[in-house]
Amino acid sequence: MPRRCDAVPGFGFSLSVTLLWLGGLVLLPLLALLLRPAELGPAGLWHSVTEPRVLAALRLSFGAALAASALNLPLGLLVAWVLVRYRFPGRGLLDAAVDLPFALPTAVAGLALTALYAPNGWIGAPLAALGLKVAYTPLGVGLAMLFVGLPFVVRSVEPVLRDLPREAEEAAATLGATRAQALWRVVLPALAPALLAGFAMASARAIGEYGSVIFIAGNMPMVSEIAPLLIVTRLEQFDYAGAAAVGLAMLALSFLMLLALNLARRLWRPA
Amino acid sequence: MSLEVAQLSRRFGDAQALRDVSLAVRGGEFVALLGPSGSGKTTLLRVLAGLDFADAGTVRIDGRDMSAVPARERGIGFVFQSYALFRHMSVFENIAFGLRVRPRAQRPPRAEIARRVEALLGRMGIAELARRLPEQISGGQRQRVALARALAIEPRLLLLDEPFGALDAEVRKGLRRWLRALHAELGLTSLFVTHDQEEAMELADRVAVMQAGAVVQFDTPAAILDRPASAFVAGFLGHAARLPARLSAGALHFDPLPLPPLPRAALRATPEAEGPAVAFVRSHEWRIRPAAAGEGNATLLHARRSGGREQLEIDLAGQVIEAEAAPGLLQPGQPCVVEAVTARAYADKP
Amino acid sequence: MAPGVSPTAEPRWLRRLLIGAAALLLGLFLLLPLAAVFTEALRRGWAPAWQALSEPDAVAAVRLTLLVAAIAVPVNMAGGVAAAWCIAKFRFPGRSLLLALIELPFSVSPVISGLVWVLLFGAQGWFGPWLQAHDVQIVFAVPGLMLATLFVTFPFVARTLIPLMQDQGRGAEEAAATLGASGWQTFRRVTLPDIRWALLSGVLLCNARAMGEFGAVSVVSGHIRGETNTMPLHVEILYNEYQFVAAFAVAALLALLALVTLAAKTLLERGTRRGLPA
Repeated sequence: MPRRCDAVPGFGFSLSVTLLWLGGLVLLPLLALLLRPAELGPAGLWHSVTEPRVLAALRLSFGAALAASALNLPLGLLVAWVLVRYRFPGRGLLDAAVDLPFALPTAVAGLALTALYAPNGWIGAPLAALGLKVAYTPLGVGLAMLFVGLPFVVRSVEPVLRDLPREAEEAAATLGATRAQALWRVVLPALAPALLAGFAMASARAIGEYGSVIFIAGNMPMVSEIAPLLIVTRLEQFDYAGAAAVGLAMLALSFLMLLALNLARRLWRPA
Repeated sequence: MSLEVAQLSRRFGDAQALRDVSLAVRGGEFVALLGPSGSGKTTLLRVLAGLDFADAGTVRIDGRDMSAVPARERGIGFVFQSYALFRHMSVFENIAFGLRVRPRAQRPPRAEIARRVEALLGRMGIAELARRLPEQISGGQRQRVALARALAIEPRLLLLDEPFGALDAEVRKGLRRWLRALHAELGLTSLFVTHDQEEAMELADRVAVMQAGAVVQFDTPAAILDRPASAFVAGFLGHAARLPARLSAGALHFDPLPLPPLPRAALRATPEAEGPAVAFVRSHEWRIRPAAAGEGNATLLHARRSGGREQLEIDLAGQVIEAEAAPGLLQPGQPCVVEAVTARAYADKP
Repeated sequence: MAPGVSPTAEPRWLRRLLIGAAALLLGLFLLLPLAAVFTEALRRGWAPAWQALSEPDAVAAVRLTLLVAAIAVPVNMAGGVAAAWCIAKFRFPGRSLLLALIELPFSVSPVISGLVWVLLFGAQGWFGPWLQAHDVQIVFAVPGLMLATLFVTFPFVARTLIPLMQDQGRGAEEAAATLGASGWQTFRRVTLPDIRWALLSGVLLCNARAMGEFGAVSVVSGHIRGETNTMPLHVEILYNEYQFVAAFAVAALLALLALVTLAAKTLLERGTRRGLPA
């Protein structure tokens, strides 16, 4: 309970400021999002959200995001491992490079990825020769999501890896485990919660990602149209309620996903 | 099983952690590595386990040179100071680990593993903890799990790094007794590291006293107490007053302290040549009697009952010494006459 | 005795392989796109790129971007500090809920971050009719851009400060209180010096995001050239008009901003690790 005459001052003031700041800038707008679809009525809302185009967009956004984040797990683990366990020239540069997708404006990232993977791009051209089309396809969407999600996995795993006591691995060695066994049975399980958390954050980011994805996606309805784009389209058609409905659907699904991941994390600890 | 360490040296940057260490341990022995922190005992233990490597020297187990043998093949049980239990595994899984990771050919069937683990849990007295996680059990219990885990692989050598370091006094005493009984029952060659000399003296068959990376004495506890090899050893095995002295004219003089000199014959250890020396007098090697006011060379500061005797803190011309006496001999503040019956003296090299 | 491989290390060849793989991954995947931006921007040399940047619409976009950041960052800094203060130094019911709510904008799609303001202040929004009646334009005008940016960059400063201040605990502030310091004095003299580098780091990230935000501002902006376009929006317009060099030139400028932010952040972190007063 907040005490009166707390030794440390400023509680009342800081809390008021915080609530005002939070309320005005976050809660009020989100309230609008929650309430707007209500004007469609429950049936109307359901229809709006289960339209084939909407379902296709949600499937793409969520499917590609989960797949990309799953792929980011081994990739992010590799990078985190190399950064934490090894010393080599250029390590600092690599470390800074990990934060790039985080700091780079999304439109710039989107443009750059498109330039690279378009059929005439540096990477797109050789791939096209092999018959693989990346830009303007769901594959491109996944690639952009891979790009934005990597830092989340790396930064989530790094501190846990750093704090992992080496003695556990030494103990495993004295008990006769090979290096591979020690990594698989001792290190990896210890990293599992961090990996799961990284997966959750990467997925959340990828699902809602707009700028990085919009340039490289084909944006064709039912095929390569992501859910955020659908929201924009409906807004341009002045279908506010419909746009809000899709937004609500996205939030609801994301919330469920996070709940499931949290549950998984809690189940992991057998106690 | 025999363990032979020959001229092991190890340096970390500027510091010489092990200096030409040689040791021979017989099968079934319980050896303590005793010394202050930084004396190299943990380093030695880690080199034996294969967790670290010496710059020079050899380690032979049963006659076989261990330099090419990695840690996981040595068959040595290691109990870490921090226990290093696998946090995400239950007690049962921790203990079973060494058996589960064996190559197919040597791995016992599941039922057999369970049987062995349960037997160990029973012997360690922690059978009811099998399903718990390390974070849910106490320090003393974790220690036993760590021990059980090391024993599960049926090692030929057991190494313990400060096994009781993190536990409080009562628990420590109980575990000490228990470990001694366990060793008597198993007969497993064991080396343990400690900085607590009481512990080393109580548990070990032989003690290797280490100082600054070298073994300065390796002998039975009784022999070490009786004939410490150097001033360091004498001082490290506590409860002895350390007094500056001088050997001259065949006797040990304690000037400027007001103590009568001791003839050579009365000394337990004597420096070879005359000259400055350092002398150690144990608390039971003082003779004390009350003195009249104005006489006497010392005053009693404080008396503490310990068992059937009294431990006295006495101010001998500015130096505080600890002496043992019959209870009720003196009152605090009372003057007394103090004499050393015997001493161990070593040359005081600058 | 030959020093063998420590039991907790991988063999050297494997180490090299892993380092190489990680470097390849990061280089190919992260640095290459960056290189592509600069290459495309300078494809026809410096002159066209420079021209694209000095064009009036581009200049207006830069100015608008700076303006938006200049408002969003201080507001969210003040809010973030207040939030970090009450969350880190006190216990009260609803504290974890508050923490979760502050994180909310972080896990919401940028498009939704813009959508919510349209729902409030757009022509058909809650306050739409009222605004029209008073001839106030929020959405499709600069104020809308501000609000969207404020929403998106909301948690940045708070996120960097809260874990740090929680770690630091209340001890120092309690000591200051026993010595008679007022609230502001305590904050200025005791707390602030302890958190200044983290604060700076959070402000840097907040700024980078404020300047680079695309999705949210795209929704609320009218896309009116020279008036309601920030730099990222301007990039999109140029791209859609097939003015690739110009688009990449502006994108390159934004990329430079990102690089400067990263460099500054890295320096700050190295500084605190080496023991500069945190």
